[in-house]
Amino acid sequence: MYPLSPDEMEALWLSLRVALWSTLASLPFGVAVALLLARVNFPGKTVFDAVVHLPLVLPPVVVGYLLLLLLGRRGLFGEWLFDWFGVVVAFKWTGAAIASAIMSFPLLVRAIRLSLETVDRKLEAAAGTLGAGRTAVFASITLPLAFPGILTGMLLCFARSLGEFGATITFVSNIPGETRTLPLAIYGYMQSPGGDADALRLSLVSIVISLAALLASEVLVRRATLRTLGHDDQRRD
Amino acid sequence: MINAEIEQRLGEFRLNAAFSAGIGLTALFGRSGSGKTSIVNAIAGINRPSRGRIEVNGEVLFDSTRGIDVPVERRRVGYVFQEGRLFPHLTVRQNLLYGQFFTRHSDRYAGFERIVALLGLEQLLARRPASLSGGEKQRVAIGRALLASPRLLLMDEPLAALDVYRKSEILQYIELLRDEIRIPIIYVSHSIEEVMRLADTVVLIAEGRAIASGGVDEVMGRMDLRPHTGRYEAGAVIEARVVAHDERYGLSTLRFPGGELQVTSLDALVGEPVRVRVRSRDVSIALSRPQDISIVNVLQGRVLEISRDEGPIAEVSLDVGGTTLLARVTRQSVDRLGLRSGQDAYALIKAVSLDRHSVGFA
Repeated sequence: MYPLSPDEMEALWLSLRVALWSTLASLPFGVAVALLLARVNFPGKTVFDAVVHLPLVLPPVVVGYLLLLLLGRRGLFGEWLFDWFGVVVAFKWTGAAIASAIMSFPLLVRAIRLSLETVDRKLEAAAGTLGAGRTAVFASITLPLAFPGILTGMLLCFARSLGEFGATITFVSNIPGETRTLPLAIYGYMQSPGGDADALRLSLVSIVISLAALLASEVLVRRATLRTLGHDDQRRD
Repeated sequence: MINAEIEQRLGEFRLNAAFSAGIGLTALFGRSGSGKTSIVNAIAGINRPSRGRIEVNGEVLFDSTRGIDVPVERRRVGYVFQEGRLFPHLTVRQNLLYGQFFTRHSDRYAGFERIVALLGLEQLLARRPASLSGGEKQRVAIGRALLASPRLLLMDEPLAALDVYRKSEILQYIELLRDEIRIPIIYVSHSIEEVMRLADTVVLIAEGRAIASGGVDEVMGRMDLRPHTGRYEAGAVIEARVVAHDERYGLSTLRFPGGELQVTSLDALVGEPVRVRVRSRDVSIALSRPQDISIVNVLQGRVLEISRDEGPIAEVSLDVGGTTLLARVTRQSVDRLGLRSGQDAYALIKAVSLDRHSVGFA
């Protein structure tokens, strides 16, 4: 395989950066929403649940278009963001990260919610009798026990962000060095005459990265699960 | 000193119990589903009663009329659960130190080294809960609760999940605890053996109510409570002291105000106080001191009461030097001997029926 060209390297690094930030920025919201769905009963919960899962079933171009309406330079919040903070996200890599975050949010929430539901509430009660208040119980018992699920959610979110195409190209377009992530670059090569070889090469790179992410997640989650199940690190007997 | 009045509806079930407990071990004794766990959960602050008042050492933890409800994490009430509930992601050491971390320095009385030594946890500190045996888990759970320096320790059937061998191992630790750490312990159990062996005071719980309370032999010896204390497990407790060991025959001699008892040899020092549980079916009655008989324990006493059931079996209670003993005999024997209350009689107990399982350290 040829070494990647500078343009291709740029697309690769950009993809990784967008996926990383999309994952990190959505994590706190993901935990909060998962907690709400797993632990709290409130009116309208079913509707809220559906809205959270909407990006999973909505055409990505619709999400991108809505983002443009809301966060574009002339958008509802976009204008306000620019006037007050001088911040522009449309046609920037930050916009790509936001689009990816929204598209992968349901996957993040699902994984965390599932793991929160398996945390034994009796352990939390036991922590309470030992003097831990609600926040301390959450930080010292709930979060660590849900950690394998949180890790799964983050890796799913990361992998989904790496592959995000529709919402990204609609919202932030395909600007080399700014918003042209791997999928967008592949699409670009496919559109240009003689770009087939490059498209194939980048596709292979995509496959390798995604596979690595999945394998890494498998190993990490297995290790984390063993720890939360309370096995000794070194097996005895 | 603990005073509790708890009223709570749990579905169809109504809890309405009031009792007091002092220093030492107070057993909440009753059948499964009688409301014992709901009571300790209310004391711990895990359940909220609809009405009532809970006071520990003069501090009000709950009072529905004054709107007081101290949250669970500020009650400083230790809790040992039936299933241990160790934190699986922490090592034994981290589990033990968990509660201590949240306890103010000025409130701490339980030192790490002391508790670890008391419960024999030295070898376990680096391990994780999943690799511990049931008995080890329960010892760690007890240590963890104590290291939070609680004002009161609640134990909810801590032996229920253990096999017989582990049970007797943990029983010894609980006895040690009761005598070493001077905090009140409330111990939930439906096992009469545990209650007899451990309790200083018994509160009998039935259908959500505390129907009787008092000393172990007093409550367990009462005939009118028999439907709740249970016929098949019935028995009495003798508080005694070891006076001699007979190496040659492997017997130990105990002395109590009613006389002397021979039991199969004990692992106790001469002079040590012990508590012997005598099951009523191991006690026979004679009107005169029998001769030429294998039974070595013959105690002189007086008939107190005879149960008047229709069945073939009668329970007879005897006063033996101030201690109440129970004997289970056939109704036919009662009539044949012409037993009636106030009569002098001898209680006969086989030494082999009193072994290490029925003797505990007082």
